[in-house]
Amino acid sequence: MTAAAVSERVRPARASGTGRARVGRILSYVLMIGATVLWITPIVFTLYVSLRPYSETSKLGYVSLPRSLTFDNYRQAWTQSDMLHFFLNSVAITVPAVILTLFFASLVAFVVAKVNIKINVALLIVFTAGNLLPQQVIITPLYRLYLLIPVPGFLSESGLLYNSIIGLVAINVAFQLGFCVFVLSNFMRTVPDEMYEAAVVDGASLWTRYWRLTMPLCRPALAALATLLTTWIYNDFFWAITLIETGSRRPVTSALANLQGQFVSNQNLIAAAAMMVAIPTLVVYVLLQRQFISGLTLGSTKG
Amino acid sequence: MAQSPTGPGPHLSRRGLLRGAAFGAGALAVPGLLAACGGGNSSSSGTTKSGGSGTNISFGSNYSDPAPKSAFAGLINDAKAATGVTTKINTTDHNTFQNNITSYLQGTPDDLATWFAGFRLQYFAAQGLLSPIDDVWDKIGKNFNDAAKSLSKGADGHYYLVPLYNYPWVVHYNKSTFAQKGYEVPTTWDSFIALAKKMKKDGLTPLAFADKDLWPALGTFDILNMRINGFDYHMKLMQNKGAAYTDKEITAVFDHWRELMPYLQSGANGRIWQDAAKTLEAKQAGMMFQGTNQVAAQYATDKKDVKDLDFFAYPEINSAYGQDYMDAPADGFIMPKKAKNTKGAKKVLEYIGTPEAETSYLKGDSWDVGLATGLVAPTYNDIQKKSATMIAKQKAVAQFGDRDTDPAMATALEHAIQDFIGNPTASNVQSLQKSLAKQAKSIFG
Amino acid sequence: MASTVTDAADDAAPSPVTPRRRKHRVGRLTRGEKIVVLVMLAIPVIVDLAFVWGPALASVFLSFFKWSGIGGLALRHCRAPGGLLPDNGCFIGGDNYTQAATNYPPFWPAVEHNVIWLVVFIVFATPLGMLFAVVIDRGIKGSRIYQSALFLPVMLSLALIGIMWEFVYSPNYGLINTLTGHNTNGNLVDWLGDPHLNLWAVLVEATWRQAGYVMVLYLAGLKAADPLLREAATVDGANAWQTFWRVIFPTLKPINIVILVVTVIESLRAFDLVYITNRGSNGLEMLSVLVTNNIVGETSRIGFGSALGVVLLVISLVPISIFLYQNFKRKAER
Repeated sequence: MTAAAVSERVRPARASGTGRARVGRILSYVLMIGATVLWITPIVFTLYVSLRPYSETSKLGYVSLPRSLTFDNYRQAWTQSDMLHFFLNSVAITVPAVILTLFFASLVAFVVAKVNIKINVALLIVFTAGNLLPQQVIITPLYRLYLLIPVPGFLSESGLLYNSIIGLVAINVAFQLGFCVFVLSNFMRTVPDEMYEAAVVDGASLWTRYWRLTMPLCRPALAALATLLTTWIYNDFFWAITLIETGSRRPVTSALANLQGQFVSNQNLIAAAAMMVAIPTLVVYVLLQRQFISGLTLGSTKG
Repeated sequence: MAQSPTGPGPHLSRRGLLRGAAFGAGALAVPGLLAACGGGNSSSSGTTKSGGSGTNISFGSNYSDPAPKSAFAGLINDAKAATGVTTKINTTDHNTFQNNITSYLQGTPDDLATWFAGFRLQYFAAQGLLSPIDDVWDKIGKNFNDAAKSLSKGADGHYYLVPLYNYPWVVHYNKSTFAQKGYEVPTTWDSFIALAKKMKKDGLTPLAFADKDLWPALGTFDILNMRINGFDYHMKLMQNKGAAYTDKEITAVFDHWRELMPYLQSGANGRIWQDAAKTLEAKQAGMMFQGTNQVAAQYATDKKDVKDLDFFAYPEINSAYGQDYMDAPADGFIMPKKAKNTKGAKKVLEYIGTPEAETSYLKGDSWDVGLATGLVAPTYNDIQKKSATMIAKQKAVAQFGDRDTDPAMATALEHAIQDFIGNPTASNVQSLQKSLAKQAKSIFG
Repeated sequence: MASTVTDAADDAAPSPVTPRRRKHRVGRLTRGEKIVVLVMLAIPVIVDLAFVWGPALASVFLSFFKWSGIGGLALRHCRAPGGLLPDNGCFIGGDNYTQAATNYPPFWPAVEHNVIWLVVFIVFATPLGMLFAVVIDRGIKGSRIYQSALFLPVMLSLALIGIMWEFVYSPNYGLINTLTGHNTNGNLVDWLGDPHLNLWAVLVEATWRQAGYVMVLYLAGLKAADPLLREAATVDGANAWQTFWRVIFPTLKPINIVILVVTVIESLRAFDLVYITNRGSNGLEMLSVLVTNNIVGETSRIGFGSALGVVLLVISLVPISIFLYQNFKRKAER
C-alpha cells in the first residue's frame, strides 16, 4: 500500500533542490493526497463492510457495489454481545485510572520540580524508566502478584486484584505514572521560582503551593495528559487480556477479541462492532485532537 | 470405548504427594518466597464453603458458537427446572477459554466449567486445581459404561468430570457431490488418494483444510499415526513413554501426510476451520477431515442442509490396525477447586449426568452423541446415529492430540505441524522431528 | 492544524525564556513539610515499585526457576525426571535461558522479527513520518486535512487496527486481493496466513500508525525551530533540501532521540497487532508474544516465560539508558 508513497518520497525534495519549486509543490500535493487516501482507506472500508448485510457480501465479496446498506449489523452486534456492558466496564476502568494517575503524578512531579530534596533525580529516573519498560517484562510476576493480593468483596467480585476492575485501574495507574511525572515535572519547572518565593513570604504551606499555586498553572498540561491517558487506557489491550479472565469483566477494546471468536461466521458483525468500539476515540479525535497532540509533544519537546 | 491414556504406573508415591498437597488445605508448607501463590489455591476451598446454601451458581462455558451456545442454554434451563438451582452462564470464546484455563482455574473460576476428558483432565486434577466429585458419581455412576467412567477419572482414581457427549473425527462429504460425480467412499489409502486425484481433476478442492487455530491439523497427525502405528504407539508418543518423535514411525506419518499434501486446501495456516467448512458447504471442496462437532455444527449455524452431509471413517493404511481407532473426544464439566457454591454445583452435575439431561441438551445439538449408556435421543439425526454406531465399533478411541499430551508438548507439536504445512519437505520433516524430540525431553524431563 | 501545534508548544512553555535556576529552590524544609512531602510521595512511589519495578526484578528471580505457577516455589534444585508431572517450583539455574536459545523453535524467529520490526520502523516509518511533517510544515494548501488524516490511526487501538486491516487483507473478499484479481481459489494471496508475507503485511499496519505518530512529534519540533534560522539560511542561498538537513535537522536532536527511543521501545513492545492476527504464530512470532504465551496460555511455564521477559528487559535497558542519559545530561548542563 505504501509503495506509491515510497517512490514519491525522494523526488519532491530533489526537485526543489534543483530549484524547480513548482514541480516540488505538485509532487508534494500528489504525495499528501495519495497518502491521505491510503490512510483513511482501511477505516472507510471497514465502515463500508459494517453497513452491508452478510448475505450480500458473502456472495459478492466486500469490494462490490451495495444493493442495500443497513444498520442491522450494528443492532445485532450491540444486542448479541452486550456491548453496553463492555463500554461501562471501560468507563469504570478509564475514569478512575485517569484521575488517579494525574493526581499521583502531579504530587511526585511537584516534589521533583519544586522541593529541594536529595533524591529528586533518582525519583524522576525511577518513574521515567518504569514507563519505558515493555509491559511483557513485568507481566509474569505481576500476574502472580495479582493472584495473591486480596481485595474486599465490594471492590472486586473475585476477591482478588486478578480478574477485577480495580486491578486493571491499579496497573494502568502504575504504568502511566512515569510518563505523567516526566511531563508534569518538566512543565512545573518552567514556573518561575520567584512565584514560590513570594508565596513562601506570604506564609503559604507546601500543600498550598502545590494545590493552590502549581496545579492551576498546570491546567493546560493536565488537560492534554487527560486526553492522552483516556485514549491510551481505553485502547489498552494487553493488561486486560492478561489480567482479566472473565469475559464479562473485560473492557470493550479487549472484549472485541472475544467477539471475533463469537462472530467468526459473520465478519460484517465484527466490522460493526469494531466501528462502535472506535467511536469514543473518534469523538476524542474530532473534539480534542489538539489536546491529544499537545500531550504527545509535551513529552518530547520539553525537558 | 476409550482407555485411560495414563494407566497405573510407577508414580504412585509422587501422585500421593500431589494429592496430599491438594487436600492439605493450605498446609502445603513449601518454603520459598512465593509459596503462598500455590498454597492459596488449595486453602480457599478445601476447608471453607463446603456448603453455600445459595441456589445460585455460575458456570464458565466455552460453548461460544451460536448453535452450541443455545443448546447449552437449553440444558441449563432444564437443569434449573429439575434442581431449583439458578445458573449464570459466563461464556468465553472457545479458543480463549482453552488458552486461559490454567489462570482461570487458579484465579477466580466459576462454580462449574466446561472441560475435556482424558489426560487433559488428569493433568489439572493432579495439580490440585479440580474438586473430586466422587459423591456425584455415586448417584450417576449407573448411567455410564466403564469407558466413560475411566475418561472421567483423574490419575488418582477419583472422579473429576461429568461427561456430556463425544463426537468422532471423520471424513465429511456432501452426499449430493458424491452422487452427482459417482464418487465412492474409499476404505483404503490407495483408493482415498485415487479419489482425491479424481476430485482435483474435476475442479474440486479434494480436502478442505484449515489450521489457523493451531489445533485442527493435529487431527490429521493423530489419525495418520493411529492408522499407521496403532493406538498403543500413539499413546506412548503422547505420554513420552517408549516412543520418540525421531522414530521412523513418525517419519512414516509425515511421509503419508506429504503424499496427501497436494490434495489439501492450500494456505491452511491462514484459514480458520469455519471457513474451510464453508468451502465444503459450498461444494467447492469434496471432503473435510474434522470432528462432527465442528463440521456438522457449522452446517447448522449456517443453516445449510445437514441431511446432505455424511461421513466415513478414515481409510485403512496399515492392515494390522484397519479402521480400529479414531479420535472421539468427550466434553464434559468440571468443578474447580475454588468453586464457591459446591452444593449447588453438585446438584447441577447430578442432573447433567442423567440420560434425561443429555436428551435435553441434544434437542439443540444435532452433531454430538450423548454418553449415557444406551442413550438414543429421540432427536438424533443420521449423523448422530452413525456417529454412535461408529464410535461403539472402535477398539479404542483417543481424545485428541492436544488433550492426550502435556499442554506444552501439544503447543510444540502444533507449531511444528504449522511449520510442516508451510514447508512439507523431507528435510524439513527431519529437522522438525529432531526439534520435537528435543523439546519433548525438556518438557517431560 | 499548523497553528494548533504552535499553540500546543506555547501551552507547554508559558515562558520559554524563563531562567531556570535549579539551585534557587524554595528554602529548607521544616519537619512538618518533610512529613507532607513523605505523604505526597508515599502512594505513587509504592504503586510504582510494587507494580512496575518489583515485578521487573521478580522476573529476574523467577527466570532461574522451573515453575508451572501451580504449587509453591522452593529454593532447592530440581529433581530428576519421572512421574506424571515433572518436578515443579524448583531452582534450575540458567537452564531456562539455555532452553530458550537452543530448544525453543520460536525464539530465534521472534528475535529476527523484532529486529525486522525495528529496522522497518527506523528506515521506513520514521523517515515517512518525517517527510509528512516537513511537507506539512512547508504550509501547503489543505495541510490541516492531511495532518488530520495521517494522524487518525494514532488514535485507534492497535487491536482495532488489526481487526480493520483483516478486511483489507482477507484472501477471498478483501480489498487488495479483489482489486488485484487474486481472489479466486486458485491464485489467492494469503497476506496474513503466509509466513513469508504476514510479517510484512502486519508491518504495513504498524507503519500506518507509527508514521502518523512520528509526524506529529516532528511537526512540534519544526514549529519550535527558530524561523530566523531558516530565513538566515535562505538568505545564504541554501535551497530547501540543504536548509533542512544543515540547519533545521540539527536543532531537532532532542526530538530525534525521543523518536529513536520511542521507536525501539515500540518495536520491543509490538504485541497487539500480531496477537490479534494469529496469536503470534506462523511467521508472526515476537518476543512479547512468547512471554505472554508461556504464562497465560494453557502452557504455564512461569520460569521460562520470565526468562524470555528478562531478555526483553535487558534489550530495553539500552534505549532506556540512552534516553535517561541524554535527558538528564541536558538537565545537568543547565
